[in-house]
Amino acid sequence: MEGLYAFCVGLLTACGIFLALRGRSFSVVIGLTLLSYAVNLFLFASGRLKLNAAAVLGESEQYSDPLPQALVLTAIVIGFAMTAFAVILAMRARADLGNDHVDGTLPVSPADTAQQSGGNRKCNT
Amino acid sequence: MQHLSIFPILIPLLFGAIMLLPPISRDINSQRIASVVGTLFLLISSAVLLYTVNSEGVQLYALGGWQAPFGIALVADKVSSLMVLLTAFLAFAVMLYAVAGQDKGGAYFHPLFMFQIMGINGAFLTGDIFNLFVFFEVLLIASYALLIHAGGKQKTQATMHYVILNLVGSSLFLFGLGILYGTLGTLNMADMAIKVGQLEGETATLAKTGALLLLVVFGLKAAMLPMHFWLPKTYASATAPVAALFAIMTKVGVYSIFRVYTVLFGEHAGELANIATPWLWPLALLTITIGAIGVFASPSIKTLSANLVIVSSGSLLACAAINSEEATSAALYYMVHSTLASAALFLIADIMARQRGKAEDRFVRSRPFVQPKLLGFAFAISALALVGMPPLSGFVGKIMILQATQSSTQTMWVWPLILLGSLAALITFSRAGTTLFWRHNGTAAAEAEPAKKLEIAGVALLLLASPVLVIFGGDMTTFTQQAASYLHDIHASAYQLLPGAAQ
Repeated sequence: MEGLYAFCVGLLTACGIFLALRGRSFSVVIGLTLLSYAVNLFLFASGRLKLNAAAVLGESEQYSDPLPQALVLTAIVIGFAMTAFAVILAMRARADLGNDHVDGTLPVSPADTAQQSGGNRKCNT
Repeated sequence: MQHLSIFPILIPLLFGAIMLLPPISRDINSQRIASVVGTLFLLISSAVLLYTVNSEGVQLYALGGWQAPFGIALVADKVSSLMVLLTAFLAFAVMLYAVAGQDKGGAYFHPLFMFQIMGINGAFLTGDIFNLFVFFEVLLIASYALLIHAGGKQKTQATMHYVILNLVGSSLFLFGLGILYGTLGTLNMADMAIKVGQLEGETATLAKTGALLLLVVFGLKAAMLPMHFWLPKTYASATAPVAALFAIMTKVGVYSIFRVYTVLFGEHAGELANIATPWLWPLALLTITIGAIGVFASPSIKTLSANLVIVSSGSLLACAAINSEEATSAALYYMVHSTLASAALFLIADIMARQRGKAEDRFVRSRPFVQPKLLGFAFAISALALVGMPPLSGFVGKIMILQATQSSTQTMWVWPLILLGSLAALITFSRAGTTLFWRHNGTAAAEAEPAKKLEIAGVALLLLASPVLVIFGGDMTTFTQQAASYLHDIHASAYQLLPGAAQ
């Protein structure tokens, strides 16, 4: 169980970091969301993984640590608010700056002479 | 008073919430009055808190009556109460400036300002490291919205970078906290300080990973090199009162570094003693260097002051790296000085920019100022303070940092860098002053608005702090020394902060 759990957290983190390093704000926001999911799972695991152990007294023979669960709740709420803000900001940036690149300008590569106009690029051939 | 230590958090929270409610929320004038009154209350309560802490010792406040280490505690000691008073004073002066008209650029300036102060004060006061994260998020989300206040392309662009960086930072913060909780089993800082020393072997390595992750996060907030790139653009594009308030934000990062790496992972931490020092040394020195180069290359006053913030961050990080009582004491003094002086420069830059038409605050030949004497005087004082020339507080602060170096190797690195940084600032300020005040063409712009009385009052308050810090330098340094020795000797008093723990 620990191995699978650790693998999931690692995969989520890796995908999150990969997406957060992309240039478009949409994939960055998705990346940050994945990263916050990974963090939540990780925080949950910091109280050790136990089976059949409720965090309520008198419900089971052994108890799991309730504090990480409380921390995860806090982290979820905060992460949710921050993601909402990042989405709104990305839309605002799209409107203000005319494109959805995180730098506000589309990078021009020397080989690329085609006109850059958002999603409606016409084929020149 | 029993509840004194929570007032610096409650007052801005209450005023911020009231300003969101209907009768006040529609009327900017009553919001302004409420803001000034609120920050004034905050200033008074922080001053009383500092006085109480100074005369009666550390104030421990168990939130909800749950005793530490099980509940969350607010710890008002000499360090945190000094920082809270600094925040309150800065907020009051900046608010005086903002109510003169800078707050009209967008909605909700006043509530956001209050929530940001609440977050900053909370981060200073809390004794629980997860609570520190929560207050970081409170101050961050308010700062995101404040940063974009008054809108514009540049602000959107800068905010986008700032928000994404800080969201990644928050994730790293949580990873670090998870690791530390998993290894130490507690989140109360005093309790952690005791338990860190007992770690050994694999657990110690794991805890070290967590602790260094936290260093990345605090370094991001404190603009430590390689995480400083966001700062110049963000601060230079923000509205003046916001930029001035942000002057304390890097100090929150530096303060957390002092809290975590002097108290938690300091000399008593067993295998993990002083883990941050080998990282802090090169990074602090490089931060000063890059900041000084940035100061040289600045094309406008706002960028110049943003780069000066980086230099001061570097100097404070160097103090953290020296890791002695004298260095911490010097850092506390310098922190107060540099926050107020750079905030003043941001405000002066804004007044100047409004009187120069299209040239704004860039160092180019342009129209003369409407109020050259007033602006020249203010500019000269803030320049003297920031460069570190006698007789103002920058001089005392820098001398204290230079004196705190212990070995000849430390002296060899710290002295030249700090002195060369000052020289770079001196040259840039002379160049800037010459261009701004002596090289102009035409007459003063007709549409230029002279500084209003409240704006002058705000700037004057901030500038006045510099000579006051020198005149009361003796008392001030005695206080910072006591605060520093408390911080370095927290082990002696850690159990007093944990009334709920079995010894």
